[in-house]
Amino acid sequence: MSQHHIDIHRIATLARLKLTEDEAVRYSGQLDHILNYVSALDAHDLSNVEPTAHAMPVFDVVRNDESASSFTSAQALDNAPKKSQGQFQMPRVVEE
Amino acid sequence: MSLASETIASLRSKLQRKEITSSDILADLTARIGETNPALKAYLSVDDASAKDEASRARTELPLGGIPIAFKDNINVEGQPCTCGSRILAENYRAPYDATVTKSLRAAGAIPHGRLNLDEFAMGSSTENSAFGPTLNPWDHTRAPGGSSGGSAAAVAADIAIAALGSDTGGSIRQPAAFCGCVGLKPTYGRVSRYGLVAFASSLDQIGPITKTVEDAAILLNHLCGRDPRDSTSLDVPVPDFTAAIGRDIKGLRIGLPKEYFVDGIHAGIRSAVDAAVKQLESLGAHIEEISLPHTDIGIATYYIIAPAEASANLARFDGVRYGHRSKNASDLLDHYISTRGEGFGPEVKRRILLGTYVLSSGYYDAYYVKAQKARTLIRDDFTKAFEKVDIILSPTSPVPPFRFGAHGDDPLGMYLADAFTIPVNLAGLPGISVPCGFIVEDGKQLPVGLQLIGQPLDESNLLRVAHAYEQSTSWHRQKPAVQ
Repeated sequence: MSQHHIDIHRIATLARLKLTEDEAVRYSGQLDHILNYVSALDAHDLSNVEPTAHAMPVFDVVRNDESASSFTSAQALDNAPKKSQGQFQMPRVVEE
Repeated sequence: MSLASETIASLRSKLQRKEITSSDILADLTARIGETNPALKAYLSVDDASAKDEASRARTELPLGGIPIAFKDNINVEGQPCTCGSRILAENYRAPYDATVTKSLRAAGAIPHGRLNLDEFAMGSSTENSAFGPTLNPWDHTRAPGGSSGGSAAAVAADIAIAALGSDTGGSIRQPAAFCGCVGLKPTYGRVSRYGLVAFASSLDQIGPITKTVEDAAILLNHLCGRDPRDSTSLDVPVPDFTAAIGRDIKGLRIGLPKEYFVDGIHAGIRSAVDAAVKQLESLGAHIEEISLPHTDIGIATYYIIAPAEASANLARFDGVRYGHRSKNASDLLDHYISTRGEGFGPEVKRRILLGTYVLSSGYYDAYYVKAQKARTLIRDDFTKAFEKVDIILSPTSPVPPFRFGAHGDDPLGMYLADAFTIPVNLAGLPGISVPCGFIVEDGKQLPVGLQLIGQPLDESNLLRVAHAYEQSTSWHRQKPAVQ
């Protein structure tokens, strides 16, 4: 993982973030610096180590498949910045 | 003396003896918030009307009946704002439901009162990343209160909150508690439901109390824990009465000092305060021994892969559709997303989303994320082995005292490195507490020092027992910052 140079524009698009050119230059340098630091992990042989996703042993938690009350659509729409006819409103994605 | 200066325990007994009412507490708090908060900027909003109404109906027979509790502004309280210190949630967002901890505190009679400042989405160690500006350290207004729960710690230290909730992903309860001279407890991962806590790094986040005393932390913890069907990581284990641990002696208890934590680079004043605390614990009957946590050196690297990776996934929900800021200048759907998020998130959050997106991106997932998950196993195993020899592990909470605003300027890595002693505790899912253990003087100002105690999984009781025994044998927790 050592010495990767981050392609900031590609990552910003994947992350759905608009960056100014100033931000792109600044973050690119800072992230390279951080990535070089985290390459400290390369010094350890991890090939025979099991990954830990979760510090406590809890697996496959499911709840009973029972219906229960939840938000009404009005409640779910309460915080929507733009809504119309009981739905979230989005920019048009299909041309007429 | 203002009731705002008192602890949960002392207010409880006064309420039960009917010497005071919940409305009296709230009136004193409101007055002090009015005097102190404009300069300190610990609260982002205060819900006086709803709290007054609840106080007038307080059920003082309940365990927390009539006690106002302040919330870090990333924990949902129905009908209240929940800005997460971010511009993206600043406009008109109101929490549509109570977090599980909010519900349980209400069930115990507590009154949610006020929303406290934090680094944006809990990412930071100083509150300087809040979109609403930093909270000041009550001991020295030119310095940071720590973070990310800096508003919570500053409010408790300055007696403008009786007690508060914070959240801790890499030290965000313990480090600000240390910087402000109060008690901060991060429970075992899974002890407390995360439902209704706005997620930062889901495998690390825990909610916990920030209080004036260890006893208050035990009292609050009693009403935060328990299995919650709405959080699949919450543990189905018995919840003891944590206050039963308070007042027990610590004779024969084994306390380990990790040699990797007592190294050069710790501020000399912090080192001598912690050394004195070790002697004090020894005089109380504890056995002290040196232990080793050999993978301490990879803690921060591991954390700064896992936490941003999880954050980049969690923060994908802020898309300007269902809630929060929405860009007014978008030309099409992609532009809607990138502009909304570009305008809504601040620099540190953007940095971590970018880092997380990178380490999870195609071709890099195994090289970074899986490797970090493996490194996490080594860090956890270090603690498991150490706990075969000792009951509690002790260290400074932070190697540095409260720093001046802007001290880390354009050097995010420098800020990250200061969390070296708190981060491994989250990676291993262990409970940890910070208690005041002295002061250092810089530029004529007294600055608090925090002692970190780390416990075995689910052993908050022993943690509280040691913390309380230490606290009661010193007077650090009784010192208050002068009102500036």
